[in-house]
Amino acid sequence: MAQQPVFAPWDDPTQTPLITFQNVTKRFGDFVAIDDLTQHIYEREFFALLGPSGCGKTTMMRMLGGFETPSEGKISISGRDMNKVPPNKRAVNMMFQSYALFPHLSIYENIAFGLRRTDMDKDAIDARVAEMLKLTRLEKFARRKPHQISGGQRQRVALARSLAKAPKLLLLDEPLGALDKKLRQDTQFELMDIQEKTGTTFVIVTHDQEEAMTVASRVAVMDEGRIIQVATPDAIYEAPNSTYVADFIGDVNIIEGKATRKGDKTHIAWAEGQPDIIGSTTRDFSEGQTCHFAIRPEKVAISPDKPDAPNALHGKILDIAYLGNISTYHVELPTGHIIKAQTANTRRLARRSLTWEDDVWVSFTDTAGVLLDR
Amino acid sequence: MRRAALIAVPYFWLLALFLVPFLIVMKISLSDGALAIPPYTPQLDIAEGWNGLKTFLSELDFENFVFLTTDDLYWKAYLSSFKIALISTSLALLIGYPIAYSMARAAPEWRPTLLMLIILPFWTSFLIRVYAWMGILANEGLLNQFLLWTGIISEPLTILNTNTAVYIGIVYTYLPFMILPIYSALEKMDDSLLEAAEDLGCSRTSAFWLVTIPLSKTGIIAGCFLVFIPTLGEFVIPSLLGGSQTLMIGKVLWEEFFNNRDWPVASAVAIILLLILIIPIILFQRNEQKQREMEG
Ligand SMILES: Nc1ncnc2c1ncn2[C@@H]1O[C@H](COP(=O)(O)OP(=O)(O)OP(=O)(O)O)[C@@H](O)[C@H]1O
Ligand SMILES: [Mg+2]
Repeated sequence: MAQQPVFAPWDDPTQTPLITFQNVTKRFGDFVAIDDLTQHIYEREFFALLGPSGCGKTTMMRMLGGFETPSEGKISISGRDMNKVPPNKRAVNMMFQSYALFPHLSIYENIAFGLRRTDMDKDAIDARVAEMLKLTRLEKFARRKPHQISGGQRQRVALARSLAKAPKLLLLDEPLGALDKKLRQDTQFELMDIQEKTGTTFVIVTHDQEEAMTVASRVAVMDEGRIIQVATPDAIYEAPNSTYVADFIGDVNIIEGKATRKGDKTHIAWAEGQPDIIGSTTRDFSEGQTCHFAIRPEKVAISPDKPDAPNALHGKILDIAYLGNISTYHVELPTGHIIKAQTANTRRLARRSLTWEDDVWVSFTDTAGVLLDR
Repeated sequence: MRRAALIAVPYFWLLALFLVPFLIVMKISLSDGALAIPPYTPQLDIAEGWNGLKTFLSELDFENFVFLTTDDLYWKAYLSSFKIALISTSLALLIGYPIAYSMARAAPEWRPTLLMLIILPFWTSFLIRVYAWMGILANEGLLNQFLLWTGIISEPLTILNTNTAVYIGIVYTYLPFMILPIYSALEKMDDSLLEAAEDLGCSRTSAFWLVTIPLSKTGIIAGCFLVFIPTLGEFVIPSLLGGSQTLMIGKVLWEEFFNNRDWPVASAVAIILLLILIIPIILFQRNEQKQREMEG
């Protein structure tokens, strides 16, 4: 892995994007589903769309598939303006959120449906369908009708059907939601494998941020028809550009305060009688500007005695959430703020030293958090 | 016990409304015509008991069925009814399918209204509506007046009392029975199936043939049977709108019963008609059952 060149075509100005959204707006009546969206997606990317329900993820996919036309703006794929190109003329396949399996056809025929619309010969179709059935572990169900299999199996049929034609661009609308964790992880790796082998570009919608983090080359966090941030999974987690993104991806503590620059550090005055939080940022904050300090719980340490750290706050344990491999402590500060601190449970439960109502210190380094202006 | 009682109810109805009348008609068809009231012999004399039943049964025979084969009027009438039913069913399908399709594609808030419009004719008597068609199709009728007025024709068209009028009447009367099952099949169809078909490389037209038609198949079959079965035995429309050359078994049946008062022959005609209809009725039931399985 280490020798592989980093895959980051979005940082390379010589690369031409596969998909371009140019000031795309989509309205349904008065309702703005996609709001002036401009975005590039590159070939071989695994682009994940993440966002709350109704934020426009499916709408974005449907515009790529050709089922909706933008009210304004332009979408191009491989440099070609797509606004007038019907779905059957696009080298794009979509896996529908509702699966849209043909109820009158067997699983086998569902998967073969797209292949039969090409000039592929019968043996080649048979081979390809068999391959897809194997991939999605549906060999046993090939002859059944969609209503004779389970929800998770149906989802796999939908996935197999969209993969069968090996399209240049594959749109997956919540492809793995109905699968159990084990099968979901396997399929995720399977998808990444397919992507590696075929060079297909994937755009995937998911509600599961862990999934987005696992599979995606870049994650786009959406809200109300706009993309709030697009970045690699680690960047979006470690350097969110807003409290919205920080809050949406993973767990976070957010403390509002006023920023003051002191040397290369920034001090945040956040509560009367409490020491300033010391953080570092590359952003410019004017003197006394309101800012939000965001820090992930796993970067907050918890200890019974005052530690030697740039930031240490005193409080009382309010709640402990035991999650097996980790525990999250909810620590209430005298100001009423609640700080979440996470520790790995390397020791057995019985020997854990901290318990409810204990007086503790939460601490973090001056580089652990990020400073956000909104 | 309760289960048995529940099952008994439909069987009771079947017995009372179908089997008993069928047996009575069957019995009459095996009797001989007579100038009496009722106009056939033998009559079962219950007072004579076992012997009475024996003499009664010995007098029954298949004469009337044999008679039906000797006069070619009957098989011609069956054949002609079959042809008219087949053509009417096809016409009803050709007209009904696009109507059902556009109803199912209409905005959801319009659908109840459209459905209402389809059912609306049932609010007036069928007979009155057929008479209305006589008024429309007659030589001096509304249709001819209109066509003369527009100048499309200079001589009035003779439509009434021809087979054309019969087709018009039948298609008009049974069209809702074609539209409703097709509509209900199409309405249930998920639009994303068509999108999926297009996504996988179908044009709009091929998506229609490969997805819409197969998915409305049970509706089409149900509609065809619902039109075909009653049309085969139809007699009101051919007698009112048809002419002397319109040959339909329902009309023959009517004439045997009421004009010739030959109940035994009329019953034999009815029994044969029923036997012919049993096949499509069974096929219809199988289709309904298949559809339930698909949905269940
Ligand atoms: N055909 C339509 N007519 C009117 N409004 C629509 C239509 N399709 C989508 N919308 C609206 O557009 C918004 C975005 O819908 P979209 O389906 O893209 O959401 P989503 O992000 O996919 O949500 P989810 O995660 O629940 O699938 C929603 O508020 C939805 O109500
Ligand atoms: Mg969606």
